[in-house]
Amino acid sequence: MEFLSRPRRTLAILASAALLGWLLYHPHRRPELTIATVNNADMILMQQLSPEFEKQSGVKLNWVVLGENILRQRLTIDISTGSNTFDVINIGSYEAPLWGERGWLVPLDDLGADYEYDDIFDVVRAGLSYQGRMYAAPFYAESSFTYYRRDLFQKAGLAMPLQPSYEQIRQFAERLHDPQHGVYGICLRGEPGWGQNMAYITTLVNTFGGRWLDLGWKPQLTSPAWEEAVSFYVDLLGRYGPPGAITDGYNENRAFFANGNCAMWVDATSAAGYFLDPSQSRVAATTGFAKAPIAKVAKGAAWIWTWGLAIPTSSKRAPVAKQFIKWATSRRYILAVGERFGWLRIPPGSRKSTYEIPAYLAAAPFAPLVREAILSADYAKSSALPVPYAGIQYVDIPEFQAMGTEVGQEISAALAGQATVQQALELAQADAERSLEGRSRK
Amino acid sequence: MSGGLTAKPARHLHTSSLLAPSVAALFLWMVVPLAMTLWFSAEHYNLLNPGKTTFAGGQNYRDLLTHRALWVAMYNTLFLVGMVLAITLILGTLFSLLLEQDFPGRNICRLLVIAPFFVMPTVSALIWKNMLMNPVFGLFAWVAHSLGFSPIEFFSRMPLLSIVVIIGWEWTPFAVLILLPALHSLNREQMEAARLDGAGPIALFRHIELPHLLRPMAVVAMIEMIFFLSLFAEIYVTTGGGPGLASTNLAYLIFRDAMLAWDVGRASAGGVIAIVLANIVALFLMRVVGRNLEDLG
Repeated sequence: MEFLSRPRRTLAILASAALLGWLLYHPHRRPELTIATVNNADMILMQQLSPEFEKQSGVKLNWVVLGENILRQRLTIDISTGSNTFDVINIGSYEAPLWGERGWLVPLDDLGADYEYDDIFDVVRAGLSYQGRMYAAPFYAESSFTYYRRDLFQKAGLAMPLQPSYEQIRQFAERLHDPQHGVYGICLRGEPGWGQNMAYITTLVNTFGGRWLDLGWKPQLTSPAWEEAVSFYVDLLGRYGPPGAITDGYNENRAFFANGNCAMWVDATSAAGYFLDPSQSRVAATTGFAKAPIAKVAKGAAWIWTWGLAIPTSSKRAPVAKQFIKWATSRRYILAVGERFGWLRIPPGSRKSTYEIPAYLAAAPFAPLVREAILSADYAKSSALPVPYAGIQYVDIPEFQAMGTEVGQEISAALAGQATVQQALELAQADAERSLEGRSRK
Repeated sequence: MSGGLTAKPARHLHTSSLLAPSVAALFLWMVVPLAMTLWFSAEHYNLLNPGKTTFAGGQNYRDLLTHRALWVAMYNTLFLVGMVLAITLILGTLFSLLLEQDFPGRNICRLLVIAPFFVMPTVSALIWKNMLMNPVFGLFAWVAHSLGFSPIEFFSRMPLLSIVVIIGWEWTPFAVLILLPALHSLNREQMEAARLDGAGPIALFRHIELPHLLRPMAVVAMIEMIFFLSLFAEIYVTTGGGPGLASTNLAYLIFRDAMLAWDVGRASAGGVIAIVLANIVALFLMRVVGRNLEDLG
């Protein structure tokens, strides 16, 4: 049967041959790297600046930019099944030690003397290391502290101390809560998830003197410290928070605060630059900063989280990938961002030298607080009580994603008024015990 | 009959060998994933502990069946299917009756009624969550405020019902899409005759239009059930299965086991249980629908 006329057939054959030739030839022209990053503002800037690296090195970069949860799912499946889709991956201080332990990541201790390892904050480096070897290079790090509205405090005749106590926070929230005028006394994360409400609640439990697990790896969710902390949280946010708080995560709360809906917000320091930018925030002139509040003990009241860049062992282009990581996490990169995009937009928290740049300190009044919070954070000892795990606002074990999220769900039920705090914590305890069952089997 | 004994087997052989590749492909398409799911469900297999995969027997099933999450999720799944089926069928029928009438602007009206079906589930869930039901920014909150009420916290107070509303809004157009043409094909003379015999609008609906619509309604119910048993996007976007387990259905529970706990074994066991449930529901529905259709026939 004549499918195509003769001239057309000739044309089709020629075209396919040309396409085949192009496909075979093209990818080998120059080295390429496939990079997977989270879609945070700092990573988007990295992507915008990356043509400079491409020009310097002659390497072509392919970007896969995804939301945090999707990225984490994608990378976990990819790396645990050993497929080599990516050469550079963007992971946090939760994954880096776990995946380093399993041999899924290339150690990054050999980036050269000019990488200035000593300039990296010790706690940041420790968070990305397993047994002393660094498995991800820090891109930026954040802690948590208190944002508040100086104008509202002034109008009410209140003064925010440098280090508020939670009892003070409750009193301030009560005074400033004015839902009729769209101002809520306090905003906090309510959306369930190990990286959402549980990140905040874990720091709250820490400062109430509690811990996730005892030295025998038994969950402690029904202990008095948890009950006290969660009751405080449910009461505070339920009374003086925005309605429907169980669907508000980091992004929703950031929007509330930038829009002027919150008198106070305890959350990541990385939002500070955003609030000070008048083109994005209505509270640029009125935002104040204080340390993370304390209830009983100071230990673990503020979290620390680092986003790093790492190389899967399955990548065939590790040397080139190292070049890229060295470029993106260097001191020079930070300076380049500051000079080109403004000092509020530099990736903060990773290097000590950042906090010696006069232009940055002038633009970012919160910088000394962030530095102090990072310096006082301790991965290994997050609680006043002894703990067998690392991590401040999380427990650095593989089971925590599921355990944290299930517990977060139960607490959100208590926040929604569908269960009492006691009921929620009992269910959470059962869930947590079940999550850790697999651990004892190993 | 022509042909005789020799021709028939030859023809038979001919067609089956032509069919065989497609049948084999479809069979493999179904059986390979099913077999793998069954196999994984009998293993302790966690993606985060590779190389430590061991045989689990019925342990994954026992874990699931003895935990309340599965039963809550099963109830929620059935509740969602039942409620949304009822809403879409009732509203779909009413809309169809309405849109069948002749009135100015009927075509534009029809278009608008059908439009929600073509919005992606994630997009419509986001719109409902952030622009309509949000207790601070949402339209409903604004309406409540301007009438002097305090806004309802939809996803905290009535998570499952809120999801039912969203999905009902998305899928009612589908029912209209099927029922409206069906109504259109109704014999006008029959209606005329009934009217002459003195039947009022309710009697007309009860004895002529409804029986006529039963068959397309069964089709709607069947197709919708297939989709509703595996609802996911709307839950993921709006409530994340919470608060607590209040809006977790089976699909979401499996997602949680697979993508948060990375427990392939337990997620597979959940998948097998979901298959069993789907078959039970399908069988039940087929019986009911089948009997109705037989009555009609």
